[in-house]
Amino acid sequence: MIDWGSPVGWLVITVGQILAVLVWLLLSQAFFMLADRKIWAGVMMRKGPNVVGPFGLLQSFADLIKFVLKELIIPAGADKAVFLLAPLVSFTLAFGAWAVMPLAPGWVVSNINVGVLYLFAISSLGVYGIIMGGWASNSKYPFLGSLRSAAQMVSYEVSIGFVIVTVILLTGSLSLQTIVLKQGGGFWNWNVLGGGGLKNLPAALVMIPMTVIFFISALAETNRPPFDLPEAESELVAGYQVEYSSTPYLLFMIAELANILLMCALISILFFGGWQAPFPTPFTSSWSPTAVSFFGFMWFFGKMMFFFFLFAMVKAVVPRYRYDQLMRLGWKVFLPTSLAAVIAISAWRVYGPGV
Amino acid sequence: MALQAIAFYLLAATTVVAGLAVISAKNPVHSVLFLITAFFSAAGLFVLLGAEFLAMILVVVYVGAVAVLFLFVVMMLDVDFAALRQGSVRYLPIGAMVAGLLTVEMILVAVSVAHNGAAAGSTGPTPTGSVTNAEAIGRVLYTDYAYFFQIAGLVLLVAMIGAIVLTLKHRVGVKRQDVGRQTARTPASGMRIVTIKSGEGIDE
Repeated sequence: MIDWGSPVGWLVITVGQILAVLVWLLLSQAFFMLADRKIWAGVMMRKGPNVVGPFGLLQSFADLIKFVLKELIIPAGADKAVFLLAPLVSFTLAFGAWAVMPLAPGWVVSNINVGVLYLFAISSLGVYGIIMGGWASNSKYPFLGSLRSAAQMVSYEVSIGFVIVTVILLTGSLSLQTIVLKQGGGFWNWNVLGGGGLKNLPAALVMIPMTVIFFISALAETNRPPFDLPEAESELVAGYQVEYSSTPYLLFMIAELANILLMCALISILFFGGWQAPFPTPFTSSWSPTAVSFFGFMWFFGKMMFFFFLFAMVKAVVPRYRYDQLMRLGWKVFLPTSLAAVIAISAWRVYGPGV
Repeated sequence: MALQAIAFYLLAATTVVAGLAVISAKNPVHSVLFLITAFFSAAGLFVLLGAEFLAMILVVVYVGAVAVLFLFVVMMLDVDFAALRQGSVRYLPIGAMVAGLLTVEMILVAVSVAHNGAAAGSTGPTPTGSVTNAEAIGRVLYTDYAYFFQIAGLVLLVAMIGAIVLTLKHRVGVKRQDVGRQTARTPASGMRIVTIKSGEGIDE
């Protein structure tokens, strides 16, 4: 038997936790991908994928097999090492960010006390996969796509950062687990409504717009329509992905979807209480810890699915932004608004009723 | 602990190797990528030291923002690097001299601060117990050093405004989108119905 307190035991436990999160994430991704396509199809009054498996449920797995079995083509002029490294960087970072996500009470791989900063750092690194891929392809379209993506992601990170600062100000902690814990006890304690019961409700005037800004910035940060300029097919064919085929392309796609799910999870954690139920849950006090965790996980996953539905609907109904409009929105609208919100929330914390 | 030792040697070796690769790589883009690797593993070393706030800020600021723009510029530049490289052997002694001088200075400063300066005898602002790293830094930064902190911010602001003033050019004759005007337009204000007599046309 392994001694769980020893370094070896710790290693085994941690690797097991990481594998559990990864397997859950990859499996649910297959169905999120399908849901995305089904919702998109539904808006257009099509049926969507419905051939592989019942209701097309196995479509994503068929796609996986198709991608893996295809031939890998590396352009002759490409920088081979960087070309192959780029999707790996994207993929690793997209999944590395999940290490600090509190999935349920007690369910977190690494509960570090600068969790929010860690997430921010990892998501700001995500741009490297795209820039490296675009540059290493040694071709015009991918390069233009990667330049656009660099500018876009750097711009929207600024407003995401300020919105996160407002949440940190309300909570007084950089730890994601603490942020979730403070929002317990009912939906009136959620950060979107000022985070602290009825007496903090006026702060909702600022926090509801901040939630919207975070959602839109998350769309831009994940290169999701209507901000999918890095891969705008009508202008750049497929942007930074043009030269990619087979598994590297698949890695890019999985990384993109993992980032989208991360943003959905982040919105629910920062503003909508994460794994907290929207009503007081005194009845869970007699439950076993595992049951409480599953109960919390259900709420977390439900909120994630709701925000993913919003992401999918935006993709289906909103036309693509023009590049200068995108920059204008980021720098001239979101940045001043979120900066003003940081000042307003700081003032509220100092002069308001307190937590 | 054995795991920490392994992590330290791994990160330290990566930092040193990546640092050497920055100056020896033939392709400047590879240099920047190695620089990013060096930053990243240095952040890992900070985490091992227990300075996780500093580590995250290093990644956010240097890797996430500064190095992206750096990479951006290096990729866009069209410089003949073979020509640039020709003089490098000639300047090597000067470079080595500067590097040696800087190393000696840094060691002297570090030693004197640790033994005779402000940090003499103290174990640094890394508190134990319930106060976290970020909280401790915040308490020092926004109380004792509030003025220095704000002055540093102002210096950055002035530098930023300077850069904008130097590069901002208002070109004439460029059509710009005015969203306010665009959305305020109605069919009545944006359209005019005229009846044109045959063979005459209209004058604007």
